[in-house]
This record gives sequence, structure tokens and C-alpha cells, in this order.
Amino acid sequence: MEANQQIKVMPSPADLTADDFARIGADEKQAEIIQRESVSALKDAWQRLLSNKLAMTALFILIAIALMSIFGPLMSKFNYYSNDLLSGNMKPNSEHWFGTDDFGRDMFVRTWYGARISLVVGLVAALIDLCIGVVYGGIMGFFGGRVDTIMNKFSEILYAIPYLLVTILLLVVMEPSLVTIIIALTITGWINMSWIVRGEIIQLKNREFVLASRSMGAGSGRLLFRHLLPNALGPIIVTVTLSVPNAIFAEAFLSFLGLGVQAPVASLGSMINDALTGWLYYPWRMLFPAVLISLIMLSFNILGDGLRDALDPNLKN
Amino acid sequence: MEPILQVKDLHVSFQVKGGEVKAVRGMNFEVGKGETVAIVGESGSGKSVTAQTIMRLIPSPPSIVKQGEILFQGQDILKKSNKQMEAIRGKDIGMIFQDPMTSLNPTIRIGKQITEVLIKHQKMSAGEAKKRAIEMLKLVGIKNAEARFNQYPHEFSGGMRQRAMIAIALACRPSLLIADEPTTALDVTIQAQIMDVMKDMQERLGTSIILITHDLGVVAGMCDRVIVMYAGEVVESGTKWEIFKNPQHPYTKGLLRSMPRLDQKKGEPLIPIIGTPPDLIKPPIGCPFAARCDKAMKVCERIDPEATVFSDTHLARCWNLHPMAKEVHPNE
Amino acid sequence: MVRYIANKLFYTLISLFILISATFFLMKAIPGDPFMSEKKVPEEIRQRLMEQYGLDKPVFQQYIKYLGDIVQGDLGISMKKINQEVSDIIGQTFSASLKLGLVAIVVSVIIGVVLGLLAALYHRKIIDNITMVLAVLGIAVPSFVLASLLQYVFASKLHWLPTMGFKGPLYYVLPVAALSAQPIAFIARLTRSSMLEVLHADYIKTAKAKGLSWFAILTRHVVRNGIMPVVTYMGPMTANIVTGSVVIEQIFGIGGIGKQFVQAITSRDYPMIMGITIFYGALLMIARLVTDVAYGLIDPRIKLNARKEG
Repeated sequence: MEANQQIKVMPSPADLTADDFARIGADEKQAEIIQRESVSALKDAWQRLLSNKLAMTALFILIAIALMSIFGPLMSKFNYYSNDLLSGNMKPNSEHWFGTDDFGRDMFVRTWYGARISLVVGLVAALIDLCIGVVYGGIMGFFGGRVDTIMNKFSEILYAIPYLLVTILLLVVMEPSLVTIIIALTITGWINMSWIVRGEIIQLKNREFVLASRSMGAGSGRLLFRHLLPNALGPIIVTVTLSVPNAIFAEAFLSFLGLGVQAPVASLGSMINDALTGWLYYPWRMLFPAVLISLIMLSFNILGDGLRDALDPNLKN
Repeated sequence: MEPILQVKDLHVSFQVKGGEVKAVRGMNFEVGKGETVAIVGESGSGKSVTAQTIMRLIPSPPSIVKQGEILFQGQDILKKSNKQMEAIRGKDIGMIFQDPMTSLNPTIRIGKQITEVLIKHQKMSAGEAKKRAIEMLKLVGIKNAEARFNQYPHEFSGGMRQRAMIAIALACRPSLLIADEPTTALDVTIQAQIMDVMKDMQERLGTSIILITHDLGVVAGMCDRVIVMYAGEVVESGTKWEIFKNPQHPYTKGLLRSMPRLDQKKGEPLIPIIGTPPDLIKPPIGCPFAARCDKAMKVCERIDPEATVFSDTHLARCWNLHPMAKEVHPNE
Repeated sequence: MVRYIANKLFYTLISLFILISATFFLMKAIPGDPFMSEKKVPEEIRQRLMEQYGLDKPVFQQYIKYLGDIVQGDLGISMKKINQEVSDIIGQTFSASLKLGLVAIVVSVIIGVVLGLLAALYHRKIIDNITMVLAVLGIAVPSFVLASLLQYVFASKLHWLPTMGFKGPLYYVLPVAALSAQPIAFIARLTRSSMLEVLHADYIKTAKAKGLSWFAILTRHVVRNGIMPVVTYMGPMTANIVTGSVVIEQIFGIGGIGKQFVQAITSRDYPMIMGITIFYGALLMIARLVTDVAYGLIDPRIKLNARKEG
């Protein structure tokens, strides 16, 4: 401290003692305190999802519907295929809880059975899209260069062909069944997923931790499955969640063209289509499958949005 | 020097989920006519909040001015209506921002982004505004200004965009320019050019400048006075020479030690300041820097020190400047 | 810009070519010939029919002829509607579908953008919440469910609007509502998130610092930039409305192409299926192309990106 400086103001509380001026130095512990307990990104996302009431409600509804689609048909003495023309188009009553359709088939059993088929179509199609999309997109993103250019152009050309037209064409040729419908739905359905994976991997590829791992001699496979894909998991999960309702909707649309699952097998879409003919007179035949399909699509959409918010908090507005 | 801007005991807070972030806690300073004042501090020290509060750019809520006044040409800016404020922004006070990549609208031609402000405030016709805009582009050192006038921001380099930002901010010859970290996002060589442009423009137009920065190196070139902020408070302020040659606050000294100098001896290390600034939802009762200060004493944690004044321009807030501290530690 | 358009056009033509080829060969892959299902067609007549439709020639030769015909706008002859050209049927029924589709597109864009903008401006206020609930519902409820519901409530029960047909302005209301619900929901969400992003962009702060009034900032800086993602959605939206109209036309008894398509599929009228598929495909690809070009025109950055990619 330079002596010639004139100190003009320094209020001095009377009770200050020499002890107050004893050195304590930088409190390193306090200075370096980590403000928040660190949690892994996925665990963190999970906690954010748990605190999102809307998304959790959607998840709960989906689980309930899934359970009912498995066990619901067992709760009734009827089955989904037996005709009983004498008791056709009955209103909901104590015996047929959701009424009957024009062939006298029990609507309660058929609705849950139809939900089962719709969910299976949606989930299986989404999973197949996932597998193809991850492999195709992974190769594009990981190898880059000419491989990427060619594969990407190819997928763009395919993508330009309207999705439902291709599906319709395939089903006109192949006889509609659960398997052929899923094949038709996935034939170009994977493209979107492959682009998501590609985008993520290109972004991650140049990040420090991947470069570090590569400089330590990690092989391509290890790099892709150990480092790149797990970090791309967020957008992948969201895309899968949102592609389930798309597939369910597509199957319902195909039912309108007579290209959905064939009777007596039922899906929610085919039941709605069947109900259309006389539905102004028998609204319950439309009501139950329509409400259920809307509920399923709604829940998947809300859950997907919730997952996106949870996995990428930066995107949240 | 007659002050053009006086900030008196300014307190600004933000309402957030966890409570109230006290971002600025009692700011006092003045800017004289034609003077350049630098506000220096780490991110989160409240320097940008201060700057944007002068322009009333921070939406409220979440921000609240708890107390204080900001006198611009003698009138309290905080009492102006939105309409009155619009007439001041861009005309009497210009502002440039940190990231020239995102501060210009990507879908509008550079020229139009300049004429927009002229047409609004100077009531110019489109033709006059264009002439003036091209003149401004030339002034900030953009070659081929006529052609550049019709280009989009993505056709400009980072340095050129910041020049264009300066042209926008100074188009109406404002009496005060606030530059919020104007060179942080730029390459080092470009940084110097931008500072030169600002200095040159200041000499031509006589504008006062508030320069917000975390980089003391930028300050050395063009500032008259320096205000060092920490955790929402002014910890030291003085003329450029007082701050560089005779720093009093341990934080200022730390900033200077962590900055490379030309006269640095070979092998002499740069010393970083350890730790992070305090959480301003619950600011410490004592000196906010105490936890990171190697000269901290018991009293520092208990009572926030008052200012010690060394000259008309130089003051610092630190218990080590207290006479009693010198009695207890006579050898330092 | 010319190169950008030429590039897009080139790939669109490739996609169209693949669709046409796929359509052709898939139809050829169906076992048997189309006349086998007809009851007891004498062999002699069958042969004559095969000749008439050119089905007796090698597949590759048929393919080349088919491509040549398409270039001249000839999509063949319907198998079920005797002596009617597929292209004529499309021409006759297209106007109803076009009117319905265009009205639905205009309604979707206007309502969607306005809702999205309001939601962004009143972020986290009541308008925002209502819009977002409607948007989620609109995306989740399938158009055919909505169409049936609207028909039940407003036509069958309340008698406010006609149930079936397509004879005047009132007949548009329900089908357009059913068709537009999903695009409106999508556009509203898209607009909202993009406007929110723009509202927080640095250049809006710059505009504010210039002293522009809030109205000027909104009209000159916010809306223009915030609306761009909506332009990219025009292509997918057209696809959505076209496919949606297939079902909606059926529900409301509108004699458009969609209805023809459903009939063709149920009666396995292969030339019709092929013709309408190709027509739809071309229509949607053109919509995509127009979208891409429009986006290139309004966003000055696109030109640069196209150059970088190429």
C-alpha cells in the first residue's frame, strides 16, 4: 500500500477489532462448490419426464390401454369373430357392454381386440423403421463422403414419392394381412428416422469426446455403438414415439380403402370404417373405436412432446 | 466534463423460479460528453444488464428495476413512456451487440437495415436515406459500399457485419453509443480493426461510448475510464491509468494478472482467479469476492466494505484498504 | 437460382420415373390377368381383350409403350367403366377435388398462422394454452373421425349444414373443416415455435434498439422470418390434404378423384389405380418442387446453402 495516498472515506464500524482483520484467505472449498449434484443425462431427462404431469398421464393412459387390449377380451364371454345375426346392432347393454355390430359381434371384445391389432401394427412398424433407419442413417453419417452423398440422394428420391401411395400400391398387389400391412408401412417409413440418425451422428462425430476416443484407437464399431448412438438416443426415442401414431393412422386410412386388416380380424380403423355405413343410426359402433384411436394418438403425441422436452431442455420454450 | 449519462444507485433484479436474482446491486457511474467508459467484469457480473437497462431493452417481467435512476441528458429514462423511449433508442442512444452473426436480420438487405432507422428518426425519404446509409457504410470502412448496400448479411464476413452494426447504431449521430462486448465474437485481428473504427467514429461524431467487455486488453486501447464490476457491484473504478498502474482491489489485480502483457517476464505465469462468482439469488452478506480472495479477512465475510476514495476519479471497495487492516498487517 | 431449380427438377423427375416404373411392374406382378376374375369369360373373348389392352406383348415392350403413352398424357382405358379413358375420368372429377383442396389449403394457412402468431405473442397466456390444446387435439384426432363427428352433430342432429353432396358454398363447410383440422394444428404449432424463436433472436433486439415501434418490428422483422418454416410445410400439407380428401370425399359423398380412387381399389380396376396413383404422385411432387423453389425465393440464405451442398 502506498503511503502517500490520502484516504478520504472509510467508515469504520466502532466494534471492529484487530481479530476481524485476521487473514482467512480464499475459501477454496466454498469457491469450488459444485452448485448441483451431477446426474447422468438420461437420469436427468427421466426426472424431468416424471415431473411432467401431462406426459405421465399420457403414459399411464397408454399402459392402461395396452393392458386392456391384452386382457380386455378375456373379461367377456364373447369372442371377436362369432356372428350372431339375431342380436345385430344392439345398443350397449348389460350383456354386450359396448353393444354389437351388424353381424352381432360383441363390440367390447372387438374394440379391445382392435386396439391390440392397431397397437401391434404401430409398434412393430415403428420398431422396424427404427432398425432400418439406424443402420442406414448410421452408415450415412458415420462414413460421410461419397457413401453419404449417394445414399442420401437415394433416400431423398424415395422420400419424394408419397408415402401412402406406395403403401396402397403394395397392398393392392399383396393380399392385405397383418404382415403385408406392416411391410407396406415400413417400406419407405424408415427414411425419416435415417435422416434423424444421420444428422445426429454428423453433429456428434466432430465433437471432442469422439475425436479423443478415435485418437486412442477405438474401432469404427466401438465408436458407433459405444459413443455415437447412445448420444443420439434422445432424438431417436422421440422419433420412434411420434412414428407409432403415424403408423396407426396409416393403417386406419388403409382400412377405408379396404386395404387394412380383413374381417373377421379387426383394427380400430377397420371398425370405424365398418361403422361408417350406418353410423347415424348406430353411433355407438363408431363411438368406442373412434374415442380409443383418438386417445391412443393423443397420448403418443403428448408423450412424444414430453420426451422431447425432457431430453432436450434447450429446445423448451 | 458535463455528464451526458448518470446512473444513480441502480438495482435490477430478475424474477426466476428459484426466487429473485439480484443482478445489479447499487450501480453508480457517470459518462461525460465525448468520453469512453469501459465496464469490465466476468459474465454474470451485471454489466450487460446495466447496459440493456439503460436502453430499456430487457422485458419486464422478468426484470424489475428495484430502485435508482438513470439520467440521460438530465432526464430519467426509467420514467419515460414506451413511445418516448422509442424516440430515444437509435436516435440519441445507439447500441451494438456481441454477436454480429445473429444481430442482423438474415432476410433483409444490409442497406434496408440501415435506412430503416434513418427513415424512422430523421424522417428522410428513401432516396436520402440510401445516400446517407452508403455514406455511413463508407465511414465504417466498408469498401464498395454501393454494391454492399444491396447484399444480405450472410454475404458479409463477421468483421464487416459488426461494421454494418456500427453504421446502424451511429446512423442518426446519437450522443451515446453502448457497445455490449462488440469484439468478443470476432477474431483477434478483426477485434483491433473494429476498435479502430469505433475510435475513428467517435472522433468524427463526438459520441460518448460505454464499452462493455470482459477483456481488459480491449479497454487499454481506447477508454478514458474503467469501471470494474463484480457480482452486481462496482468494486473499483478509475481512469485507465489508475486502474492499470495502481489497481487497489484484489479482483482488479487478479484480472490484470490473468491477462498476458507485453512486458511480461519470460516464464512468469498468468495467474487465473480460482472459483466462480456467487449465486445472486442469495448474494453473500459480506464482500461478494471474499470467497475467492486470497487476501480475505474475517470481516470480509461479515460486512460488505464501503468505498475508499483515492482521487476524484479513483475508488475501490475492499477491507484491506481500511486503516486497521494496515495496522494488523503492516508488512504488506 | 436457376441451377437450384434445375437441380430440384431433375431429382423430382427421377422420383416420378421411379414411381411410374414401380406402379407398372407391381401391377404386372399380380398373378393371373385382370380378366380371370370375371365370371366365365370365354377364352376367345379373353384373348381379344388381352390384345385390346396390349397385354399379349412382352412385359418390357408394354413398359416402353406405357411410358410413351404417359408422356402424351394417355393413362390407358378403365377396365370397369367400359370405353372410358382414365385421363378423362381424372379430368372430369378433378375440379371438385381441386376446389375442395384449395379451399382447405387457404383456410389451413390463414387460421394456422394467425393462431400460431397469437399463441407466440401471448406466450404462456390463455390464448397460447387454448391454441396448444387445440393443436394437440387436431393432430391426434384422425380426419375421418372428425368428419363423422361433424357430420353427426351439425348435419344429422342440428340440420345446420347439408350431410352429403357438393352443390354450393354451404357444402364446403364440413369437409373443409375436417380436412383442415390437422394442417391447422400443425401450422399453428410450427408458427408458434418459429415465432417464439424469432422473438428471442438477437436481431429483434437490434430492431428494438433502433427505436422501431413494436408494430413495425412485428410486421417487418418477426412475421416475415417466423413464417418461413410454414412455407416448407406446404408440400407435406398438400400431401396430407390430398390423401385426407380420399376419405373425406367418401364420407361426404363428393364426386372427386378420391372417390374414384376408392372405387378403383375396391373393384381392382388396375389401369385406374395406376393412373390415379401416377396423377397423385405427380401432383404432390410438383407441390414439393414449388415449395422448395418458393423457399429459395423468400430466404436469401438458401442460395448459398445450395451452392455449398452442390
